[in-house]
Amino acid sequence: MAGLKDNLLELIRRTSAEMPDDVNRVLIDALKAEEQRTTAEFALKTIHANIELAKKKSQPICQDTGSILFYVHGPVGGDQLTFEEAAREAVAEATKRGFLRQNSVDSLTGKNSGTNLGPGTPVFHFTQARDAAGLDVRLILKGGGCENVGVQYSLPDSRIGADRDLKGCRRAILDAVLQAQGKGCGPGVLGVCIGGDRATSYAFSKEQLLRTLDDHNPSPELDALEHEIVATANQLGIGPMGFGGRTTLLGCKIGVVNRLPASYFVSVSYMCWAFRRRGVVLSADGGRIEKWLY
Amino acid sequence: MMLMELQTPISEDVIRSLHVGDLVEITGIVHTGRDAVHKFLHDGGSLPVDMRGGVLYHCGPVMVKEDGQWVCKAAGPTTSIREEPYQAEVIQKLGLRVVIGKGGMGDKTSAGCKEFGCVYLHAVGGAAQVLAECIKKVRGVSMLEEFGSPEAVWELEVEKFPCVVTMDSHGGSLHKEVLALSKEALAKLL
Repeated sequence: MAGLKDNLLELIRRTSAEMPDDVNRVLIDALKAEEQRTTAEFALKTIHANIELAKKKSQPICQDTGSILFYVHGPVGGDQLTFEEAAREAVAEATKRGFLRQNSVDSLTGKNSGTNLGPGTPVFHFTQARDAAGLDVRLILKGGGCENVGVQYSLPDSRIGADRDLKGCRRAILDAVLQAQGKGCGPGVLGVCIGGDRATSYAFSKEQLLRTLDDHNPSPELDALEHEIVATANQLGIGPMGFGGRTTLLGCKIGVVNRLPASYFVSVSYMCWAFRRRGVVLSADGGRIEKWLY
Repeated sequence: MMLMELQTPISEDVIRSLHVGDLVEITGIVHTGRDAVHKFLHDGGSLPVDMRGGVLYHCGPVMVKEDGQWVCKAAGPTTSIREEPYQAEVIQKLGLRVVIGKGGMGDKTSAGCKEFGCVYLHAVGGAAQVLAECIKKVRGVSMLEEFGSPEAVWELEVEKFPCVVTMDSHGGSLHKEVLALSKEALAKLL
């Protein structure tokens, strides 16, 4: 338990302070693509300086350390309750040390718990597999600014001329980019889910953010759509921070789940450039680090 | 892109000389204030600090007490549009010359900037470390008990705090411009 807690504390620290390489690489390309001596270039240069500084000082990349989303995949019979207890301790400790901001607020009284612990925080997603050797723990810290520009469409949607087909999905996703402008701290990454019910659709759209930016969608149709969305979004001129410029999106990841005949949801989760996603594979008891992910 | 150095307190003349697209660096005193503070002021509350000619920063920093001193660990801007219903009134009430945030604000704030001689500056969202480096000292805090740390009013001494003018005191708004242009561009690409 003590080993697990310490390992999770280190996972939180890394997630808060160190950007994943796949996102860093795309941000470097984005800086090269912008016109020099523009506010877009200023924004991207500041972003790069910030990434370096956060890593060096082991401090949060962004002060909004956001929703704490744990994705835990392990062997059958794993003890979820012990994991949750260790994770809660690690979260409270990380908050005390300033890796996380005090971010859990009572929705009725407005009182901040001060520890990031409370009803609904942090969030755990557990999955199991018969052949899982160790405990695969992934963490996303998703800030409120980008969470607030997430949106769910119910197709058909006559406001944007979107029917129940992939063309309609494309219209919905691009409308989400247009509505977000710079408010979600772009250039951002979209996690999209087509299908599901209202709750599972949003949840699955967030899971898409666990994919690396350079991976390929197993569906050729969706893979093509992911690339096309990024290319089109980057012609809109919204740019970093919405200052205008060439880079509006860094990536787009689309998943599908089945739906009811009556429902056709397209859910878009927007992730800011400060894409805090890290992972670790631990021994089944959580005490030993096998390898770091991302 | 012009670079202007601003020193607080800031005069109306200096504010009127700024235009959308200018890069500015602020040196002096900045106060943080976000959702709870705006609602509180709107509901008739008053703060124990004087911000006349000053700068209000939409920010909920990460603050840690080390050896009895507050230390700022991270301090980027938060999304400003949530304060749109209150901002113009708060600019007038507090006598603000500058509001710093991210994501831009709407017509009501734009009108307030024009009427009262104020600008909206956009800091780079998420750049919490670069911006925290510009904070040289945490001078004090008020409303900490009432609102909690992210929502409290922190008094910060800053040096060369970098921002872009995205809404000026002449009715100009980069956010409006970019929205209109991107809407037009998307219509052609659909």
